[in-house]
Amino acid sequence: MKALGRLLRTTAFRMTLVYLVVFAVFAAFLLGYFAFNTRHLITEQITSTVDVEILGLAEQYRQGGVRRLVFIIDQRARRPGSSLYLVTTPTGDGLAGNVGTLATGVLDTPGWTETTYRRLEEADTAVHHALARVFLLPGGFRLLVGRDLDERERLFEIIARAGRWSVAMVIVLGIGGGIFVSRRVLRRVDALTNTAHTIMAGNLSGRLPVGGSGDELDRLADNFNAMLARIEALMHGLKEVSDNVAHDLKTPLTRLRNRCEEALRSAKEPADYRSVLEATIAESEELIRTFNALLMIARAESGEARDDMTEFDAAEIARGIAELYEPLAEDTGLSLRVEAEAAPVKANRELVSQALANLVDNAIKYARVEVRSANGKPSEILVTAKSVNDRIQLAVSDNGPGIPEGDRGRVVERFVRLEQSRSRPGSGLGLSLASAVARLHGGELQLSDNAPGLRAVIELPRAPAAGTG
Amino acid sequence: MRLLIVEDDRDAADYLVKALGEAGHIADRAPDGVEGLALALDGGYDVLVVDRMLPRLDGLALIGTLRAKSVTTPALILSALGQVDDRIKGLRAGGDDYLAKPYSFAELLARVEVLARRRGGPAEPTAYRVGDLDLDRLSHSVMRGGKTVSLQPREFRLLEFLMKNAGQVVTRTMLLENVWDYHFDPQTNVIDVHISRLRSKIDKGFPQSLLHTVRGVGYMVREGAR
Repeated sequence: MKALGRLLRTTAFRMTLVYLVVFAVFAAFLLGYFAFNTRHLITEQITSTVDVEILGLAEQYRQGGVRRLVFIIDQRARRPGSSLYLVTTPTGDGLAGNVGTLATGVLDTPGWTETTYRRLEEADTAVHHALARVFLLPGGFRLLVGRDLDERERLFEIIARAGRWSVAMVIVLGIGGGIFVSRRVLRRVDALTNTAHTIMAGNLSGRLPVGGSGDELDRLADNFNAMLARIEALMHGLKEVSDNVAHDLKTPLTRLRNRCEEALRSAKEPADYRSVLEATIAESEELIRTFNALLMIARAESGEARDDMTEFDAAEIARGIAELYEPLAEDTGLSLRVEAEAAPVKANRELVSQALANLVDNAIKYARVEVRSANGKPSEILVTAKSVNDRIQLAVSDNGPGIPEGDRGRVVERFVRLEQSRSRPGSGLGLSLASAVARLHGGELQLSDNAPGLRAVIELPRAPAAGTG
Repeated sequence: MRLLIVEDDRDAADYLVKALGEAGHIADRAPDGVEGLALALDGGYDVLVVDRMLPRLDGLALIGTLRAKSVTTPALILSALGQVDDRIKGLRAGGDDYLAKPYSFAELLARVEVLARRRGGPAEPTAYRVGDLDLDRLSHSVMRGGKTVSLQPREFRLLEFLMKNAGQVVTRTMLLENVWDYHFDPQTNVIDVHISRLRSKIDKGFPQSLLHTVRGVGYMVREGAR
């Protein structure tokens, strides 16, 4: 019973019912219209036949008087399937014809009338319906000519029966078809729902079954599967972030707490407290910084920042960031050079700027100042922007220790820092952010050997229309 | 100056009221958006400090309502959401500045002081003068003690911003935002190096320094030693 209830509630079944009603009404209307028109046509035929006969008989009466009229009617009335005839005297006594009894009063009013009658033949005593016309002849005689209506009623009856049957058939077939279609749909939806339930129960790697026929349910399942893949990736990212946060934020937090406890226990002078507090603020600032970087990466990875895309020339970014870092590089004892060609891109300007800034910042941190080029000039950090086919590249090259090939995949993960860089300041998030930003825009971060040093390239899709390249 | 702090976190608000009081300012506080709006509408405040997420009436809606009623009191938006697009939304809603939580009080103070000053001031003058340092915005020229100082375009804009807010502390973040238009954290203090370059051009060889470092906060251009 419950299964039937579910069946009756399906959209497919409800649609079937709606169509059923529409078709039934339509069929009934069509047959009704047909019946009405047929009836009208038959009536018209009768009236014109009767009119012609009356005209003919009136003419005979005019030429040969009542005797001739009676003679002709007697003749006609005897033919099989004849019309109805009756001629009476002005007082109403029948002179000739094949009509036995008539409804009372019919003869008193000339003109068209629908009436019941009995035939004169004795074999037929049934009451019939007829359409008749009463005509007043000169001299007070009355002439009635009519046609039996049984034929018309029979036809009408046949059509009505056909109508009832066809409506019954429409209903039976419609409900049957509706149940059939609904059950098919319901079975497939049930399969989808069951899989969805197991996925919701926690197994995010489950996927909905796809029938393979490419129908609307398959397309729905395909889209749901794509959505599930995205959710799985996001959940994975979230888990990774929380693991990292747990691991790499707790360490400095512990340090911070230890320092405060130590101060409470052993500090004596206000100056001691002061120095601990200052160190605490500095450390908390570092924590906030790390935290912000993490959030930024998470945001870039979630794709949320896609709303802020604008078209601009990446060469401006390269020049801007180079200009920002150039004094710092020079102070460190490095030269920072920029080579920027037009590189139109549609991206989140702020994020791309930050990604490039991170790369330049890294380059300055790791560059080896003591190594000078052959002609004694300071070692160089090169920032470039250019278009390569349908991509644009923002690159930063340095002459530092570089990253061994085996570690290049690893360093873009959050908080990964190579052994030799542990001693240097930094959160280990710079490359992660650059990589996340590149991926957000459908590009990638490439790390390669600058022999010696590192060449880091942010490659992004080139903006289609803008610029000449 | 008189400030209105609209912040639902009692501790944070009390701390701000106290610290602003110590800095010589009077601050009122409102615990939610509706009360904040009522106070801001008839208060005669110099600056509003509005938390973005407030009970009863959201901070952006509060500022939007004020602006719709032609109340132009400068507003600093505080938000736990530090992202770029959130900042843009805040400024679009009628906020004048945006500060992400957690902030340092020095940063907040510097920003509200700049906001308060921007309010009363006349239209931006075409030239600034601090001591014997002159900056002409039309001819893009800088003179110290009557001698021309040659500056790079960015150094000029840096000095222009500092002189526009002369006597006022400006933080590194404010400089990065206003002079470079970057809203991210550049990890290393790149700004310091720019400042020391600028300082070597305008202060070097003169008995009196005009460009001062305010320890732990930022920088300030002013006449006379501190």
